[in-house]
Amino acid sequence: MFYREAGDFKTSYQQDNQTFPIRFDRYRYYVVLAVAFGVVPFLINDYWANAILVPFLIYAIAAIGLNILTGYCGQVSLGTGGFMAVGAYACYKLMTAFPEVSMFIHVILAGGITALVGVLFGLPSLRIKGFYLAVATLAAQFFLVWIFNRVPWFYNYSASGQISAPEREVFGILVTGPNAPSWAIYLFCLIFVTFAGILARNLTRGTVGRTWMAIRDMDIAAEIIGVNPLTAKLSAFAVSSFFVGISGALFFSVYLGAVEVGEAFGIQKSFLVLFMVIIGGLGSIFGSFAGAAFLVVLPVVLKVVGVDLMGWATDIVAHFQLVIVGALIIIFLILEPHGLAQLWRVAKEKLRLWPFPY
Amino acid sequence: MPDQVVYAMEVTLNGLMAGVLYALVALGFVLIYKASGIFNYAQGVMALFAAMTLVGIMDGQVPFSHLINALFGTEVHHFGWHLPGLLAILMTMAVMVALAWCVQQFVMRHLVGQEPIILFMATIGLAYFLEGLSDLMWGSEIKKLDVGLPQGINEALDSVTYDIFGYGFFIDNLDVVATIIAALLVIALVAFSQYTKEGRAMRAVADDHQAALSVGISLNFIWVMVWSVAGFVALVAGIMWGTKSGVQFSLSLIALKALPVLMLGGFTSIPGAIVGGLIIGVGEKLFDFMFGPMLGGATENWFAYVLALIFLVFRPQGLFGEKIIERV
Repeated sequence: MFYREAGDFKTSYQQDNQTFPIRFDRYRYYVVLAVAFGVVPFLINDYWANAILVPFLIYAIAAIGLNILTGYCGQVSLGTGGFMAVGAYACYKLMTAFPEVSMFIHVILAGGITALVGVLFGLPSLRIKGFYLAVATLAAQFFLVWIFNRVPWFYNYSASGQISAPEREVFGILVTGPNAPSWAIYLFCLIFVTFAGILARNLTRGTVGRTWMAIRDMDIAAEIIGVNPLTAKLSAFAVSSFFVGISGALFFSVYLGAVEVGEAFGIQKSFLVLFMVIIGGLGSIFGSFAGAAFLVVLPVVLKVVGVDLMGWATDIVAHFQLVIVGALIIIFLILEPHGLAQLWRVAKEKLRLWPFPY
Repeated sequence: MPDQVVYAMEVTLNGLMAGVLYALVALGFVLIYKASGIFNYAQGVMALFAAMTLVGIMDGQVPFSHLINALFGTEVHHFGWHLPGLLAILMTMAVMVALAWCVQQFVMRHLVGQEPIILFMATIGLAYFLEGLSDLMWGSEIKKLDVGLPQGINEALDSVTYDIFGYGFFIDNLDVVATIIAALLVIALVAFSQYTKEGRAMRAVADDHQAALSVGISLNFIWVMVWSVAGFVALVAGIMWGTKSGVQFSLSLIALKALPVLMLGGFTSIPGAIVGGLIIGVGEKLFDFMFGPMLGGATENWFAYVLALIFLVFRPQGLFGEKIIERV
């Protein structure tokens, strides 16, 4: 009844090509943005920010990045953790070298540096495909983590080998360090997420995105119709690493504050982001958000139910979490290989026709 | 002979022994990949699961005891028996066969015909599931595994090399045993796939699913069998690694080490898995020996992957893999 295309006439090409052609979708989008920017910052407290909202926002950026590479361009990567580490360390070096520059610029530059590294490790993708590439990206993962552990220049020769974020301000408001207010951290991440979402959405429906999808669907055929695999694959690696780098920089600077590279950006992180993309839905921006939300909320819910309500030991709940995540991935792949995004699409189709069956 | 060369020879020998263990894990991958086209990421976790089950059965631990205690407030931990190694190995093998059946019945059967990458991700899910399950069943603390394999320095090799070079090589007895067992295992596998009816059926399935189906081979049965054989290989690998460094989570990470081994050797080739394992084993030990001190050590973490990456750029199908032919 309320979700209709009928009567929603388009009178210009611009209207015809807009991101959300259905009026209800458009309003929903504005309402979500308005709530996220205008309401949540006033209600937020430390627990919600640290346990759910900020990690959700940061992982959403990483998931968008990986989704561009894996979902849109079809290049499976297991090196996400390594690229997040690049973003984090780039951000750290920039923060300590140029204390007076705004954090926005640092984070974006960190993304740019990660993009360069991503292109470097994307070069083999021109020769290697499929599984072989997935394993080749493991080289990036292990090599990058190792280098950040072993080269003291990266952690400014600190005795512990850790990096910790100094206090930095944006427009006079503290966003990093332990004293930063949670609403500022939240808003800071939210701005990046919004920017990443809009950028990714528009890239993927434009020329670049179509060449990516052509490569994904069949690279040889794409090459024959004139898609240059070199630029398509490398641009996917660059854009993907850019987002992943930003999320790594945020993860380190505003969320954790102090990082030990093997622990924070190990292979587990790569898999976590990959699972977000699978569960959310390959090749869908909405899916990236849904997958990130799901895997951020799931452990919190399990912990609340298991530890607080049932009174079980934390390690049993942690083991259960592994079992449940593993089972969920298998169930998702069996029942709905296209993830939460597909469920959402099906629901929308049903809503358009509701209350009629056809 | 200069000392450095002698040390390098010792390192090479040790690398060969480590390579055999990598090859053992890689073998399990190749078996499943050849028969069903599934790249089984869970192989390493299967080794962990097998080793944990073996320890649990030997010590008479009650499975899920932590969970049961938490649920019902009871205090059960042990059945109070200690089984001999061989019996426990047989029982563990039964568990692995049951696991293979469950995997086929509840997971892989529903994913037939899906894209390889979906299958791969399903096995990652399986790996998580198994990891959690083995922790729930047996607890997550580091366990000692001792099924009576010899350990410690090999005196014979030590004295022989001392006579030749004036410096005794340190070779662990366990590595020697592992090499022998791995060789036997490979011979047994080759014999199985060449001379038995089931083995031939397995190769037929590997060749062409539909053709195999049309001559009356039960795909379901073959797949359960292949997963069981892979479970058996995982059990052997688990025993070796478990005896060497204790049964713990890092055991499942050797699966990741097996990946570059496979890429080097080619996914579809059993000799490839072995040669690849040896190359990686020797390569990373020698590299760390020569360049490790210069680069800050622990190069073993990444050397295998980078070697495989560089190698693949020049030969994408690996050393012995089938040539990849793509058609539109």
